[in-house]
Amino acid sequence: MPSLGADMDAGTVVEWAVAPGDHVHRGDLVAAVETEKSVIDVECFEDGVVERLLVPVGTKVAVGTPLAVIAPEGATPAPTPAPTPALTPAPAPAAGTPERDGAASLPRATPPVRRFAERLGLDVARLPGTGPHGTVTHADVRAAASTGTTARTDTTDTTDTTDTTVPSPTPTVPPAAPAERPRITPYARRLAAERGTPPEALRPGADGVVRARDVPAGTGATPTRTPRPTPQPTRPTTPPSPRPAAQGMRAAIAARMTRSLAIPQYHVDSVLELGAPLDRLREVNRRLPVSERIVPAALLLHATARAARRVPELNGHWVDDTLVPATTVALGVVVSLRGGGLLVPTIPAADELTLSELMAALRDVVARARTGRLRTSDAADAGLTVTDLGETGGHSVHGRIFPPQVALVGFGAVVRRPWAEGDLLGVRPTVTATLTGDHRATDGVVGGRFLHAIDDVLHDTEEWS
Amino acid sequence: MSAVTSAAAPGTELPPGRMTYREALRESLREALRGDERVFVMGEDVGRYGGCFAVTLGLLEEFGPERVRDTPLSESAFVGAGIGAALGGMRPVVEIMTVNFSLLALDQILNNAATLAHMSGGQLAVPLVVRMTTGAGRQLAAQHSHSLEGWYAHIPGLRIVAPATVADARGMLAPALASPDPVLLFEHAGLYASEGEVDDTPVALDGAAVRRPGEDVTLVTYGGMLPTALAAAEALEAGGIAAEVVDLRSLRPLDEATVLASVRRTHRLVVVDEGWRSGSLAAEVAARVAEQAFYDLDAPPERVCSAEVPVPYAAHLERAARPAVDDVVAAARRTVG
Repeated sequence: MPSLGADMDAGTVVEWAVAPGDHVHRGDLVAAVETEKSVIDVECFEDGVVERLLVPVGTKVAVGTPLAVIAPEGATPAPTPAPTPALTPAPAPAAGTPERDGAASLPRATPPVRRFAERLGLDVARLPGTGPHGTVTHADVRAAASTGTTARTDTTDTTDTTDTTVPSPTPTVPPAAPAERPRITPYARRLAAERGTPPEALRPGADGVVRARDVPAGTGATPTRTPRPTPQPTRPTTPPSPRPAAQGMRAAIAARMTRSLAIPQYHVDSVLELGAPLDRLREVNRRLPVSERIVPAALLLHATARAARRVPELNGHWVDDTLVPATTVALGVVVSLRGGGLLVPTIPAADELTLSELMAALRDVVARARTGRLRTSDAADAGLTVTDLGETGGHSVHGRIFPPQVALVGFGAVVRRPWAEGDLLGVRPTVTATLTGDHRATDGVVGGRFLHAIDDVLHDTEEWS
Repeated sequence: MSAVTSAAAPGTELPPGRMTYREALRESLREALRGDERVFVMGEDVGRYGGCFAVTLGLLEEFGPERVRDTPLSESAFVGAGIGAALGGMRPVVEIMTVNFSLLALDQILNNAATLAHMSGGQLAVPLVVRMTTGAGRQLAAQHSHSLEGWYAHIPGLRIVAPATVADARGMLAPALASPDPVLLFEHAGLYASEGEVDDTPVALDGAAVRRPGEDVTLVTYGGMLPTALAAAEALEAGGIAAEVVDLRSLRPLDEATVLASVRRTHRLVVVDEGWRSGSLAAEVAARVAEQAFYDLDAPPERVCSAEVPVPYAAHLERAARPAVDDVVAAARRTVG
């Protein structure tokens, strides 16, 4: 279980995107983990073959707990070891819903979901189900289609993993979905699964519907051959739902901000004149396609990252009564969510990005935060956080430090104000920059220097590239 | 409200243990009046006239005007009086001529009878029994022929029972009177003359009954549609289809366990309900089966209900509006495919 934030102690695996036998590469998304704040996709840092999944879906484990075993490429796929207990779902399914006769272990899906899966060339029988009683939902199919693992009908057969046989690479269904499949009643489909008849082998009756009587009788010897104990590890005890996550996010913000209260903080602010920088930004944007245009927020973020290079005392963590300076400028960016709450993804090495690179990184991370699909790398520990109220916000923001960081930079809305230039008065676009500092680590003068550095960078055309 | 039909003559001679539905109801009332002095009967024309369907015929003479009371034509007033009497410790059996007229007493039934136990935190019980006639088939036209028991089955706090057999007509009143909750007992107008065996087996108020076993399709029905469903099962058998007929008997609470067990055996469901299809009890049964036995279904559930018109007066139109044996047979055949 990776640490997806400085204050994360534990996380819940809500989805496995891989199954034993899958080949994975560095950077692949292998699982989704729910923290107090959101669901985050976990990337893999190794190349190899997934040998075992150690933590079933729905289980909360401490940071540092191994989640899966990845064997080096080539070392496997020798006979898969018998599944460890970890493979079977540890907790019982939703309380108070006793499973019924024989159907208990069957993966099931409603007809529209099944058809949807067939269109995508997926076999619902091999998809992990997160619906009631482990049924496969529309979202499960979508997720499987996007991760492209576990269930594609033309990949290795996972149905027999418990039989300790070698996963057969024989495709059971051609990857391209057949144009027209007969309609199969729910009961007929269940019977076919119980008797080991693949759905594509079923022939409909006169009315084009496959009913129970159209399912060939079993081989007699094994009338109820227990079918596939399909990738069951992926049945969560509680399906991930946005609501509890939102409450968890609120609780996480509350906890963190309450901890922040214990920090002796100082505030410095400064009005920055943006006339020349915004003129220049307009020039730059004129040459860019609309989709790549740079917003003022990126300009301010960029200036902050470069300023952190010039004044390094505010970029780091306060650990054991000591300032531990950060070695790179990993910038936390406060992203407010439309439904309320906020997330603080990190832009790593932000000071090394050009202005347009930083704009791209910002656009990317905001989109992922707002769709609840942040990645491990987005959750890297930031050394300094920026909050920008944007156009519709107030004139200034005096935020609170995110422990264990030692400073928070805030920007209000860009507003036009009277501005003295020498003895003359003009109207210029301005922004109020604020700095909240941890007084244990630094003093107000450092904060002031930092705001000056931002101003310098904004007006230093060399810095833009 | 008008009296609908003339009182029929009391039952002609039947072998011992065999009686009509009407007589069975009368016997159950007689037994209750004899066995418990708190019991009294009240309603329009129940005394001197003997009941518009002759259920109470002879009871006034036997038990006197204190216990068999004719009321003015005001459903709200006499159902309300029944609720008051029940709260006061009596065991009233109120008769409403037809379910159509019961709508005048809906306020009393829903806002008082059904709620008082809950609103008093269990301090008050309303051990009231309301009997009423339901259903079409006797050319009594729209204002006397509707099947509105499904509406009442929507209401928490009530028990709704619909005896479909003579034995149930005989056996349901005693447990209804013993229940602390208000019980609405629906008697289908088409059943009064039906004959059947009666024994002394006590009848439970909340269990469905399998009236005919079969393994190909489940016909779920109740009340006046039971004979139709049984006749359909007979016809289906001639075509080689074994239909199981489940009589719900209690519409609230619904014995869904019996229905689900049957559907899990047969994998096919046809609900036969004289109510209108939209928002009907048939819809409730079909929904529960779809919710809880979806993966056991080998065909979409079917519903055979009344046409969505006020029940017509003309005999051929009335016949066309009600679920007929052929409709049930056709629906069952569709499920079998």
